[in-house]
Amino acid sequence: MAPATEPDRRQLIVAVAGNPNSGKTTLFNALTGAHAKIGNYPGITVESRTAEAELPRAGRVTLVDVPGTYSLTARSPDEEVAINSLLGRKGLPRPDAVLVVLDAVALERSLFLLMQVMEFGLPVIAVVNMIDAARGEGIDLHFDALRKEFGIPVVGTVARRRQGLELLRETLDDVLTGARPVPSPDWLWEPCAELSADLDAFDAAIREEVRFSLPTPSARRAFALWLLMSVTPHSELEVRPRLREIALATRTRLEAAGRDLAREAVAARYAKIDLLAPRLITRNPPRSHQTERIDAVLTHPLWGTAVFVTIMGLIFQTLFSWSEPFMGLIENGVGGLAGALRGLLPAGFLRDLLVDGVIAGVGGVLVFLPQILFLFLFISILEGTGYLARAAFLIDRLMRRLGLHGQAFVPMLSGYACAIPAIMATRTIDNRRDRFLTIMAVPLISCSARLPVYTLVIALTFPSAQKIGFLSTGTLVLLGIYVLSSLLALLAVGLLGRTVFKGRLRPLLLELPAYRMPDPKTVLMVVWERSRAFLTTAGTVILVMTVLLWVLLTYPKPGAELPVGADTAAVQSEQLRHSYAGRIGGALEPVIEPLGFDWKIGIGLIGAFAAREVFVGTMGVVYGVGGEGDPADDTLREAMLRDRRPDGRSVWTPLTGVSLIVFFMIAMQCMSTLAVTRRETASWGWTLFMLSYLTVAAYLASLIVYQGGRALGFA
Amino acid sequence: MTLDRVQAGSAAELLDIDPCNGLRTRLMEMGLTPGTQLSVVRHAPLGDPIEIKVRGYRLSIRKQEAALIRCRPL
Repeated sequence: MAPATEPDRRQLIVAVAGNPNSGKTTLFNALTGAHAKIGNYPGITVESRTAEAELPRAGRVTLVDVPGTYSLTARSPDEEVAINSLLGRKGLPRPDAVLVVLDAVALERSLFLLMQVMEFGLPVIAVVNMIDAARGEGIDLHFDALRKEFGIPVVGTVARRRQGLELLRETLDDVLTGARPVPSPDWLWEPCAELSADLDAFDAAIREEVRFSLPTPSARRAFALWLLMSVTPHSELEVRPRLREIALATRTRLEAAGRDLAREAVAARYAKIDLLAPRLITRNPPRSHQTERIDAVLTHPLWGTAVFVTIMGLIFQTLFSWSEPFMGLIENGVGGLAGALRGLLPAGFLRDLLVDGVIAGVGGVLVFLPQILFLFLFISILEGTGYLARAAFLIDRLMRRLGLHGQAFVPMLSGYACAIPAIMATRTIDNRRDRFLTIMAVPLISCSARLPVYTLVIALTFPSAQKIGFLSTGTLVLLGIYVLSSLLALLAVGLLGRTVFKGRLRPLLLELPAYRMPDPKTVLMVVWERSRAFLTTAGTVILVMTVLLWVLLTYPKPGAELPVGADTAAVQSEQLRHSYAGRIGGALEPVIEPLGFDWKIGIGLIGAFAAREVFVGTMGVVYGVGGEGDPADDTLREAMLRDRRPDGRSVWTPLTGVSLIVFFMIAMQCMSTLAVTRRETASWGWTLFMLSYLTVAAYLASLIVYQGGRALGFA
Repeated sequence: MTLDRVQAGSAAELLDIDPCNGLRTRLMEMGLTPGTQLSVVRHAPLGDPIEIKVRGYRLSIRKQEAALIRCRPL
């Protein structure tokens, strides 16, 4: 997919860069209108976000939201996006101005990034954000000194309260129109003689190899330093072979000489910052201890845990139960629309396609929206206040024992409601390995769509009269399913983490930002953008697959041999048997027979691909009792219980039930999950990997259960 | 001593970071350069990770990584 930022030279481009938690996104949203364009950088999972702003003289300009970063050094392709969007590398447009958003409270750390950007000679405006929080911390910032020492325009803002934005717009307008000559930013520090020589050695190669604009010797040196810092023997960065070679050779030589690159390049910049700091910052005793006071409660062993459990319980409850009425509303609305259209249109293929295929498919996409909206509303509010980082801080010890990051907790928890929002929520995990590992394990957690299937199978094969202690067998089985599926997800994390995702564990380095009120616009934008991203990409795939599945389950229709006047349920059942899905189910029988499944269950498994709970309705149709899909329906249960194998044994023995439950616990039967995985990993490879590893595991597990059970004399 | 052993509520001066798996550069880029003063604010209720305050901001870091940071109690 093309990046959202088309290289349109008529419209000026402004990049907005900054540290994570510097309020960069809030500032971006405050400067732009209500619409941001979301795209994907080709081949990687980082989203590009652009929006337009109107300036008095420069006119309409495009703002590019550069991913939040502490440094431009790129250790992964994902991190490379920041420098690419600043320099106009890899086909991205080169910005005409850069806003570097500085965190007023952590100014020194922000100045490090500012220095890096300035070294490339880009026209920079420094935006010192959250000056209100700095005042509260007793920090006085001297803007005139900042302007003088850095030689660039500096504007103080409180983006959340929309303070300082007028001056920022004016300054940006000045810089873009050339009304105010801005001295070209340059290096503020002098590398030591050895490093200097190393960087100059890149110059000829950079002149020849680099296609994007590095106009000045200083900018080329900055790129040489970036290469030297970023290119390591194991890095996957896409860099021209010759530059890569020089960088690696220099690195080796440097290390052999016992030199210390981090000291020469990183500590040296901070030495300059430390030298300037007394002129820029005066620290007085803090006026507000708000964050300390809140943290004393929220990270307290007792109260902190209580709040954590309450908030997570609230998220769970919202996704699991409180979204239900909204989902029902959507289902009823879509059902009503389908019914109305069915009455209006003439009977025939087109009507069936529209009503049973397309509209049902749209309903199947929309039904996920309530959970997605709620989850991202929670996440963006928690992130905006600063609590999400605390939650990760509290739970990291436990999650780490499972081989994950504290940030993986909320996505995993959401998985008990539905894998779709859960996989989308992995965006809050900041390292790629943990994020992908979480995505791969989430489908194993028992989502609510499996519940009707479990209920039906349990009711069928474990009569509720049977009790162990005071609990019925069915209740115990259901409890066991939830425990076992959680354990399976953890097992998958453990196994995949040691095999497929082997390699360097990224350490947890999590900033705990000061508590603040979230910016309402930013919260709403996140919710809106996530929903839209789901609808436009994953939703399209889901819709197409629903229609395909509908064709499989409906066509070809049986010929004239069908008895006229037969009741609808019998007709439906006959149609289903005759359809492609019915034939596939039949063809599948020899394959699934060792699991204890017959062709009827085979059809059910195909139908379940639309959504797992569809299994119940498909069974209703197969057994000729209608497809209302109520797991508590006695007619369906009785019809299923009467079913016999050719040899006269009952089909639905407890062993078949257990085998089917195990299959449903593991198998990747949900195409919506696959569609979202494709969108979030930006890779069909990982999507196919998820599908195949779960299918193979499900088959093997059911096989062991059924054949093992038979060998032990059950059924 | 190393940062994981610094008592909660105590301050320390950073001496150096063990050059291990690229973390050293990353931490230095976040302002944890030799000579910087930092304080350990608290340990998470389960004992790990720890919260430190450095250059005006709060950072959570696991003890395993904190053990790579050599410092001098102040």
